[in-house]
Amino acid sequence: MRKFVVRRLVTGIVTVLGVVVIVFFLGRITGSPAALYLPENASQERYEQFNTEYGLDQPLLVQFLRFLGGVVRLDFGDSIWQQRPALEAALSAMPPTLGLAAIALALSVIVSVVLGSLAASRRFKSLDRAITFGSLTIASIPDFWFALVCVLFFAIYLGVLPTSGYDGVDAWILPVATMMLAPVGVMTQVVRGAMIEALSSGYVQNARALGFSQRRLVYRHALRNAALPILSVAGDRAAGMVNGAIIVSAIFAFPGMGALVVGAVLNRDFFVLQASVFVVGIAVVLLNVIVDLTYAVADPRVRLD
Amino acid sequence: MSNTERIVREEDGFLTRHPKLRMLSNSPLAMASVVWLVLLVLTGLIAPPFIGDEANRQVLSLRFVPPFTLDHGFEYVLGADSLGRPMLLQIIMGARTSMTVAFFAVAISALTGFAIGVVSGYFGGWLDQALMRIADILHTIPSLLLALAVLYVLEPSIVNLIGVLAVTRIPLYLRTSRAQTLELRERVFVESSRAMGAPAWRIMLRDIAPMSLPTIRTLAMLEVGTVILAAASLSFLGIGLQRPDVDWGMLVADGRAYLSSAWWVTVFPGVVIVITALAANIISNWLRAIEDPVQSVLFIRKRPRESEVTA
Repeated sequence: MRKFVVRRLVTGIVTVLGVVVIVFFLGRITGSPAALYLPENASQERYEQFNTEYGLDQPLLVQFLRFLGGVVRLDFGDSIWQQRPALEAALSAMPPTLGLAAIALALSVIVSVVLGSLAASRRFKSLDRAITFGSLTIASIPDFWFALVCVLFFAIYLGVLPTSGYDGVDAWILPVATMMLAPVGVMTQVVRGAMIEALSSGYVQNARALGFSQRRLVYRHALRNAALPILSVAGDRAAGMVNGAIIVSAIFAFPGMGALVVGAVLNRDFFVLQASVFVVGIAVVLLNVIVDLTYAVADPRVRLD
Repeated sequence: MSNTERIVREEDGFLTRHPKLRMLSNSPLAMASVVWLVLLVLTGLIAPPFIGDEANRQVLSLRFVPPFTLDHGFEYVLGADSLGRPMLLQIIMGARTSMTVAFFAVAISALTGFAIGVVSGYFGGWLDQALMRIADILHTIPSLLLALAVLYVLEPSIVNLIGVLAVTRIPLYLRTSRAQTLELRERVFVESSRAMGAPAWRIMLRDIAPMSLPTIRTLAMLEVGTVILAAASLSFLGIGLQRPDVDWGMLVADGRAYLSSAWWVTVFPGVVIVITALAANIISNWLRAIEDPVQSVLFIRKRPRESEVTA
């Protein structure tokens, strides 16, 4: 068990390092961001001073080695865009996004487990067809458009929800709904498939023969066995939640990782971009390790070694 | 007409020779989806040269003409945008770019991922390990973030958009075809090919690839919807395409500033995205169903075959 966690963490961190290295070189292709920050008539000395200040005057290899050395010490340099350490900027953007992602993902799992189980227990009946069609439709709606239509309807037409903001439960409803769209669409289908398989297995048939109620069969017996594929898809969606956060920040001006990475790209702030990708990557790796650990809880046959 | 004749005619029918088409005719939703996609592709191929000028003509007197009225001609039936450009024609122009991007992005990622996955799974070794690590890396970066960074570095253009979308979708096909290859290469028919002295490329091309192709095809169909949505997101964020190219995501973004006064500029392009992605998803769902022996019965049995009835 401990060996498993350590190995997964090590491969995970190697992966995250790979990601950060890619982002490092992507950022450098754009050249120095000096022109974006200095006045148009800035002197040549001013440019050189700017580049020296952020170490951008060094050869690429030196910059890269310095950067790697910094990563090991968790020092990602200072943000050009915001006057503070890049890692601090990235870490302070995490809480709103983590909260949003956790709520959206948890609600998505609940909604899709209920819908998928209902569909599976009424297989090929009209309810199943309706849920299948509904989940396919949900998976086909672009999240940014859904968000705008929600703003149009709930904020502009009905005037019951705010168009943007962060404070209060009201302001969270539309962002959470927007981020649930993609996971619910995909996961309902996965739950349905996994539940159909579990419900047709021998032990559920046996339990049915013993006279257990359909509800108990579905939610106690079958669901536990269907939990593995559901968990693994939920873990897979974790990285995708950042996509949702980017859209949510663009439409609802919701603070957090989405706003930070978009700002970092637009302001050519390599340091914040690298730190953000690192922090997000670590979060994704940790979450996937947790998902793997819960496999063992859901299914005692799973041995982690 | 004797029974034998009837059976012969039945079996000679077009639908009988194409069992998939017959199953399609039994599923109205899948049929409608195919029709929609075909119409969209045809419109996207044929219409743009004829309507290109009309679609981009700015008629300021027709700014924000509301939809569902024929007062200003049929092209204004879906209203006009902030510069008086007809929405209907812009959506048709957008169909061409959106379908082109989706088609090439899916085709390139599916073929590349499939080829690499088969080779990687067949040979194994350090190259296989390295490729899987790269797939992990691509899987860990949120795709929108990667696309944001890449498209900001490169100039936004159709080619770059297709490239970014293709790269972010490769790992999916790579993992799937690799997993299948790992399983297939242990099968007896592969072993007998090897025993007969078939070279590796021949085994991969003739034995393994055909077996894993149906899965990849279903997956690719499923990805069409996803890629349409991803491309639209990028254009919505302003890093996909630039005018004079239009695509549906960009149209939605254009309408956003006028959301409270002219809802149709935002709503209609989105509706077209939803219908198109839904059509692709329904077809993919249907393909999966007919390839599953248990479910496919549902599509066949609806119309009893005359040969069975008369026998």
